[in-house]
Amino acid sequence: MKRETRRLLKKFFSNFSACLGFVLLVFFFIVAVGAPYIAPPKSARDPYMMPIVTWSSNPLPPSPEHPFGVAGKRDIFYGVVWGTRTAFRIGIIVTVVSTLIGLAVGSIAGYFGKLVDEILMRITDIFMAIPFLVAAIVLATILGAGLDKVIIALIVFSWMYSARLVRGNILQVKEEQFVMAARALGVSDFMIILRHVLPNSIFPVLIQASMRMGSLVITAAALSFLGIGAPQGYADWGALLNYARNWMMGSQGEALRYWYMTVFPGVAMVLFVLAWNLVGDALRDVFDPRLRM
Amino acid sequence: MSSAVILKVENLKKYFPIRAGVFRKVIAWVKAVDGVSFEVLGGESLGIVGESGCGKSTLGMTILRLYEPTEGKIFFNGQEISGLPFARLRPIRKDMQMIFQDPFSSLNPRMSIGAIIEEGMAVHGMYSPRERSSKVQEILERVGLSGNYARRYPHEFSGGQRQRIGIARAIALCPRLIIADEAVSSLDVSIRSQILNLMSELKEEYNLTYLFISHDLAVVKQICDRVLVMYLGKIVEIAGKKDLFSRPLHPYTVALVSAVPVPDPDYKVDRIILKGDVPSPINPPSGCRFHPRCPVVQDICREVEPSLREIQEGRWVACHFPGSLGLKRTKEVGVEC
Repeated sequence: MKRETRRLLKKFFSNFSACLGFVLLVFFFIVAVGAPYIAPPKSARDPYMMPIVTWSSNPLPPSPEHPFGVAGKRDIFYGVVWGTRTAFRIGIIVTVVSTLIGLAVGSIAGYFGKLVDEILMRITDIFMAIPFLVAAIVLATILGAGLDKVIIALIVFSWMYSARLVRGNILQVKEEQFVMAARALGVSDFMIILRHVLPNSIFPVLIQASMRMGSLVITAAALSFLGIGAPQGYADWGALLNYARNWMMGSQGEALRYWYMTVFPGVAMVLFVLAWNLVGDALRDVFDPRLRM
Repeated sequence: MSSAVILKVENLKKYFPIRAGVFRKVIAWVKAVDGVSFEVLGGESLGIVGESGCGKSTLGMTILRLYEPTEGKIFFNGQEISGLPFARLRPIRKDMQMIFQDPFSSLNPRMSIGAIIEEGMAVHGMYSPRERSSKVQEILERVGLSGNYARRYPHEFSGGQRQRIGIARAIALCPRLIIADEAVSSLDVSIRSQILNLMSELKEEYNLTYLFISHDLAVVKQICDRVLVMYLGKIVEIAGKKDLFSRPLHPYTVALVSAVPVPDPDYKVDRIILKGDVPSPINPPSGCRFHPRCPVVQDICREVEPSLREIQEGRWVACHFPGSLGLKRTKEVGVEC
């Protein structure tokens, strides 16, 4: 397997966009880990709450003191840096949990088939029939404010995609003779799924998960932008954009006067999504058996 | 050679439903195996031959309960295994193994060769973990591969080597019965005879019984003691190898045997070319299932289905007029070179 892994890594890094995505991810990771050093919290309060730096509610342009400017009385730089952690947290928790749920549902449905499959897939259909953003908004509103509520809402309405994918892959792998062979050996159903079926059907799921990581962060930001989700003052890219809502149009004759309010959190978000998509794309290329040499 | 019955199949049926519509209602059944009864004696090699789609492979899979039988009984070693719950079937699985047709699909690409061969031993708690890895080496060497291939992965091997690995996986459990489902069909001729030789050697060594499923009569002729001929889910003839090849009784068998090339230029066999295709197993013909293609068909064949009768010791035929179509071999006077 070592040789195989080395070959895959080599292929991954011989691709420019893969490298770019990877470098961006590493950059965001460093920012997230080093947040206390890059933007040290002012007080002993919760570091995720952006400190209030001015009493005027007017935005302030970038200055040596506030390199990205000030929005809603709060430092944008601080918000962008600590917001990286929020982005990773939402992305990773939602993706991991929803992928695990999808794996369980999809593999049970695909492997056992018949009635079990029918019931689980109809439930999946019901969840898929509801528009994602609307459903997430409604659920987040019902559950109340808080980042954890947003995470729950996103998980509830995003596990179906991996469930579908897993099921399809399992239906395909299930017919392979090595699964028959394992059954003939007397291997239990659970071990067949774990050792024979999942390892041969999991890569598309992981790739899809890495792609979804980016878009989930956008959705979470959209919820924050709408004022649902992260509480007032919480370091979150979407919340920063929320402050910009009233100032987006600029002022008389100066449309781009408050550009810093949207550009910094916006660029962070775009690069974050781009990084995950590039990595996902590259993973797909690397694991595509048709491109194997 | 022990001659006790090791496997007995009674009136085994396997129907696959065809579903259609919103409510997935069953609209028809594919009668893949339709009432098959036979016995396999310990230590023998029984060949099962027939055209593609006649239910040979389904029969093999159903005997191992990889498919659930629709009807009928399977006895292994005197114990009925057809109704047994899976938990109680597990210890019996150790004694009956399968060699699969496609050496590319039958090995898990993400498991090392060692793990593939070891898996069965681990499931059945054979040997300690340390003994197992030396056992794996031993078995690999026995099937003609190097013992240090255990750490490699299936994609590094050729078709013939993979088939040897498949055989190693089966014999690792020291089974008594091996069902070989077209085990050599996908291999080229030179590799095919190597694998067949290996299988014959292993048979002696491990005292195995083979159920050898094949569409290739030449292969069956090489390895089997008795032959069972299937047509459209039913048995048409069971006979010893010698009898079957020298004096086939069922017209279908005659046609099959006449198609085997004889490696003697002085011999000329009148080949019997069957007209048409195998009819659909969804809606089999009335009476004798072979009647639409039979060259010596009579009126009764269209209406009454012949039962499988023992017409000689160990010789079973399902035909109203067995032997009415003979195999014509003429020895031409060869020109001396």
